[in-house]
Amino acid sequence: MSHSHPLHDFRAASSHAAQDPTQRHNTRAAMDFLMQRRAAQFPDADELSRLRDLGQRIRQRALSRLPLLLEQLEARCVANGIQVHWADTPAEACEIVAGLMRQANSQEIIKGKSMVSEEIELNHFLEAQGMTALESDMGEFIVQLAHEKPSHIIMPAIHKTKVDIAHLFHDELPRTPYTEDVDELIQIGRHALRQRFFTAKVGLSGVNVAVAETGTLVLVENEGNGRLTTSAPEMHIAITGIEKVVEKLEDVPPILSLLTRSATGQPITTYVNMISSPRKAGEKDGPQQVHLVLLDNGRSQAYADLQLRETLQCIRCGACMNHCPVYTRIGGHAYGTTYPGPIGKIISPHLLGLDDTKDLPSASTLCGACSEVCPVRIPIPELLLRLRQESVTPENEPNHPHTVRGQGAKYRATEKWLWRSWARIYSQPVLYRASRFAATRLRGLLPHDVGAWTIARAKPQPAAKSLHELVAEYQATQGNQP
Amino acid sequence: MTSPPKTVYLFGTCIVDIFFPTAGISAIKLLEREGIEVRYPQAQSCCGQPAYSSGYLTEARSVAMAQMMAFSGDEPIVVLSGSCAGMMKHHYPSLFDGLPQQTQARAFAARIYELTEFLTKVLDIKLCDLGQPVEIALHTSCAARREMGVRDTSLALLNQLDKVVLKQHDHEAECCGFGGTFSVRHPHISAAMVEDKTSALKACGVQQVVSADCACLLNINGALEKQGAALRGQHIADFLWQRTQHVEAKQ
Repeated sequence: MSHSHPLHDFRAASSHAAQDPTQRHNTRAAMDFLMQRRAAQFPDADELSRLRDLGQRIRQRALSRLPLLLEQLEARCVANGIQVHWADTPAEACEIVAGLMRQANSQEIIKGKSMVSEEIELNHFLEAQGMTALESDMGEFIVQLAHEKPSHIIMPAIHKTKVDIAHLFHDELPRTPYTEDVDELIQIGRHALRQRFFTAKVGLSGVNVAVAETGTLVLVENEGNGRLTTSAPEMHIAITGIEKVVEKLEDVPPILSLLTRSATGQPITTYVNMISSPRKAGEKDGPQQVHLVLLDNGRSQAYADLQLRETLQCIRCGACMNHCPVYTRIGGHAYGTTYPGPIGKIISPHLLGLDDTKDLPSASTLCGACSEVCPVRIPIPELLLRLRQESVTPENEPNHPHTVRGQGAKYRATEKWLWRSWARIYSQPVLYRASRFAATRLRGLLPHDVGAWTIARAKPQPAAKSLHELVAEYQATQGNQP
Repeated sequence: MTSPPKTVYLFGTCIVDIFFPTAGISAIKLLEREGIEVRYPQAQSCCGQPAYSSGYLTEARSVAMAQMMAFSGDEPIVVLSGSCAGMMKHHYPSLFDGLPQQTQARAFAARIYELTEFLTKVLDIKLCDLGQPVEIALHTSCAARREMGVRDTSLALLNQLDKVVLKQHDHEAECCGFGGTFSVRHPHISAAMVEDKTSALKACGVQQVVSADCACLLNINGALEKQGAALRGQHIADFLWQRTQHVEAKQ
């Protein structure tokens, strides 16, 4: 097992969340808002379709040459004065960050928004070392203050209402009056955060796109905290997954256009940061040192399989979760993974192994709402189907390549036997006829409560005669041959 | 458009077979009225989707093979569900990827039509509404909408009926929460989804729900029944046949 805390019980957490009317109402309202924002940005279906084609091509082209592009990225970064670090595991990535903080003589790090830092559980790691991480993104700040985790990759505190935040600020921030006025709450938060930029020696950020040909790190944000984090402290550490690289600078505008419009419904974010080096001689600001930490953490496992590789096309816009009927019912925390929603269901098995995520691939109706909006056209339902296959295929299955850690985590001999029996009935007309006969003639014997189905529904009522029988009778009356 | 075929096969689907069999008879009558001979192979059963979507490919293949054998020849196969049609048209070829049956699966997939798709695009059917005025809501399954792209053909058929008013419901494009085995593997998430779907359908004030997918109807009708609501969903084949057959033929 890759992480220290006890196994998250998705089934229990999601059932609980789905039965919480307040959670359901709040999440639906928030997702409706984000869906409308996105839709307003894409009024022209043809233009959207072409842009998605382009986004998909850019990401697939980059992934097809990923090892080369990563080498090129490293070479360009080093030439620009950015130091590059490679981490296989979350633990290695955390050690690299802590080592750099020690090197900068700093016990404290100020953070811009970074889902990879959540993935490696950096804050937790640093606390255990007696060091401190301060979140500077408003949503992340709220989540940190509440001792929670993000529930959404773009809107980490989307599960909190303004009343929740009003209480939180009043209780946790010194000398803060209670207010439910959103503008005042933002000002309170910004004031609390502002102080921290003056003292922090090390800033950490994520990366939205890393450009191989120029060694440029692109970071989009709306609060200015990203720019402060990456420019005010002496040292800037950027951390990202190895899949975020693109080939050329010209690939950036379409990716950003897809990202910001899909994520928050903005044509462009308030800040677009393009970081290509530390402070140069004669420059008046900027960090003395810039470090790039490139994390694998299971991504190369997805990369090794051509179908699963499509998972890595993701640009982390969150549109799939905003449009997901399951996410809308259960919210982000129920998943128990850093990345919730549809993208979380297909990436988490690579990060954590299928044993720790075995209930995620089945938690979908395969409705396709996610792939319909995915800006880079990841076929999420197809990948869920593939992960379902991997999770019920035992490790010792002959002629089955071992591609996903934890393969066979859902394998049960009894379930396999049931499906085998099912296939036998449905592939042999005589057996199917007998089961049809039983279902229709014995329909009165069906108990009132048929387990999970009747939680929300009356028991299903078979007809008195099957279509097979009705057709035979109809054809007899018409004088037709069956 | 090439001239319509003289003969088609009907694939009823396992859910229609047991739970909504009249939809199959209505579909046969609609097709026959257009001068088409309809064959219903008694050896048919299920498209194999339950096993396929649960990850059991070997089992799905044996059931798929049985259907390909039952529907030999090259006549079009009209399917009473967008979801099963999607399975047969879009997933059979990949299900047999790299296997000797792949050519057969591709040829089979090319013969698949969802019912409303066949009625509009192949037959260009003209309907005359003989029923009483009614307000209805259309529920389109996710596979019909996104995989088969046949929501428009259901709409086109309903729009031909003068006395039928089609009303929109809230979050119409959202899944009803059935999802095959999902409904029992994750029953509370599924319950939350079907609760919202039935609330939206009830709130739009229609007398009837129409859908071209009986799996969704099994879910939606089951929830409506449990809630004690009078509203029900009906397969579009039944709805179309009942509204367009001559009055004396009714009862």
